[in-house]
Amino acid sequence: MAEPGALRAYWAMLRGQARSQTAYRLSFGIDLVSNVGATALDVFTVFVLFGVTRVLGGLDLREALVVTGLTACAFATADMLVGNIERISLYVRTGRFDAVLVRPLRALPQLVLLDLPLHKLSRAAFGTAVYAVALAAAGIAWTPGRALLAVVAPAAAVVFFGAVFVVTASVAFWWTESGEFGNAFTYGGRDFTSYPISVYSGWFRNAFAYALGFAFVSYYPALALLGKADPIGLPGWVGWLAPAVALPAAAVAALIWRQGLRHYTSTGS
Amino acid sequence: MGAGFRRYSTYRQATVAGAFTNTVFGFLRCYVLLAVAAGAGTATVGGYDAARLATFVWFGQGLLAVVLLWGWTELADRIRTGDVVADLLRPVHPVTRYLATDLGRAGHAALTRLVPPVLVGPLFFPFYVPHRWSTVPLFVVSVVLATVLCFGCRFLVNATGYWLLDVRGPMVLWALGSGVLAGLYFPLRFLPDWVAVPLWLLTPLPSLFQTPLDVLVEVDPTPRQLWLVVLQAVWVVAILVLCHLVQRSAERRLVVQGG
Repeated sequence: MAEPGALRAYWAMLRGQARSQTAYRLSFGIDLVSNVGATALDVFTVFVLFGVTRVLGGLDLREALVVTGLTACAFATADMLVGNIERISLYVRTGRFDAVLVRPLRALPQLVLLDLPLHKLSRAAFGTAVYAVALAAAGIAWTPGRALLAVVAPAAAVVFFGAVFVVTASVAFWWTESGEFGNAFTYGGRDFTSYPISVYSGWFRNAFAYALGFAFVSYYPALALLGKADPIGLPGWVGWLAPAVALPAAAVAALIWRQGLRHYTSTGS
Repeated sequence: MGAGFRRYSTYRQATVAGAFTNTVFGFLRCYVLLAVAAGAGTATVGGYDAARLATFVWFGQGLLAVVLLWGWTELADRIRTGDVVADLLRPVHPVTRYLATDLGRAGHAALTRLVPPVLVGPLFFPFYVPHRWSTVPLFVVSVVLATVLCFGCRFLVNATGYWLLDVRGPMVLWALGSGVLAGLYFPLRFLPDWVAVPLWLLTPLPSLFQTPLDVLVEVDPTPRQLWLVVLQAVWVVAILVLCHLVQRSAERRLVVQGG
């Protein structure tokens, strides 16, 4: 576990990042505003789609927004906290990763803190606001259990998306030129979980929803919050599986990351 | 042009990864739009039936890499580092040179990135085959125009670097605006007419992406198809003229970075 010295070093890295990122005030301001845009457009798209239809995958607009809001909140938070791990392929390719490894600190927290995108705070806040408004507008019959789930589900989803980011980034250890490959699962996962999974079908749904576990990120928790039955036929309690899926996912991600670290050989220049 | 083609053909693994990702997003978007069509319960939504929607999505996923909406920062990077000065010493105008390289890149993308999603889509979803012979050449012209137009827009976004140096802000605004307003997130005909028509006429965005796809799936009769392509051509001329003007005024005030 990290001793006080290491914690101080992480804290110094974080402060340095904050200082350097806010040095150019105008740029930072533009970044803050424009980062809200991506999530705002995802939500806007849902509204446009509901402009031409009344139901999507068995949910109406207010219900579907709980799914979208939960994803927006969790993805934006995970993207802010660990999303910049994507840059690992750049570090591996250029050999800058060596500099990370020679420091007496752990590699993963270092990489996360080296580029922590503080301007993404605005997006995480916006995503959380969408989720809160969606919860309020959906007419949920609140019980203590559901109130607990409304908090646990996004927390579990953050862990899950974080795990997806780490796993897809680890691919760079074996396949340096993987390029956009990881996006299929990170941003693809976000898009997949932004809609009720009942809109997908066949092997594609089975692969993303159940084999990879994306169904338990937002769709099933949202159904449990709304008290709706799953048209696919799973029982109501699966909405509570979110943490039971997220924690093993994080463990798997940690394992793959460590394997990747061991596999890493420097470019040597 | 040849140089652009060759340069991009060296990134073979990245091409495979990109085609894979486009294909996954093809599945995601296609399922969602087909669910919209099913939920609406009418024969067509926004003028598209299921086969047209699916074709729109799959060709769109391929077209995305051909017109290259996002991810081109070459000019901005060269402005920041000062390398851009080498472009000014060459006998070819910078806009022409970058455009030629970009067309080479687009040619490579048309072979490697357009084809995979277009082949995968019909295996799992309905597919719309054009009924009129004139549609196919018109589609090809429309794609070429969209590519040139998209290059022009990217050039302008990058060229803000002459004044701002840090182009992240304009870059993000462009990425957001172009994705949704060009028709990538949903067909623009889903929007009410009072939004869609001005968007088409007053901004180049729908001409970047939506127009070639609409031409291909024959949402409109032939005369209207033609007009959409003419509109694209008008935008191409306007944006390229603007590129030249911006480049000239930038050259007048340029202070080269670095030593």
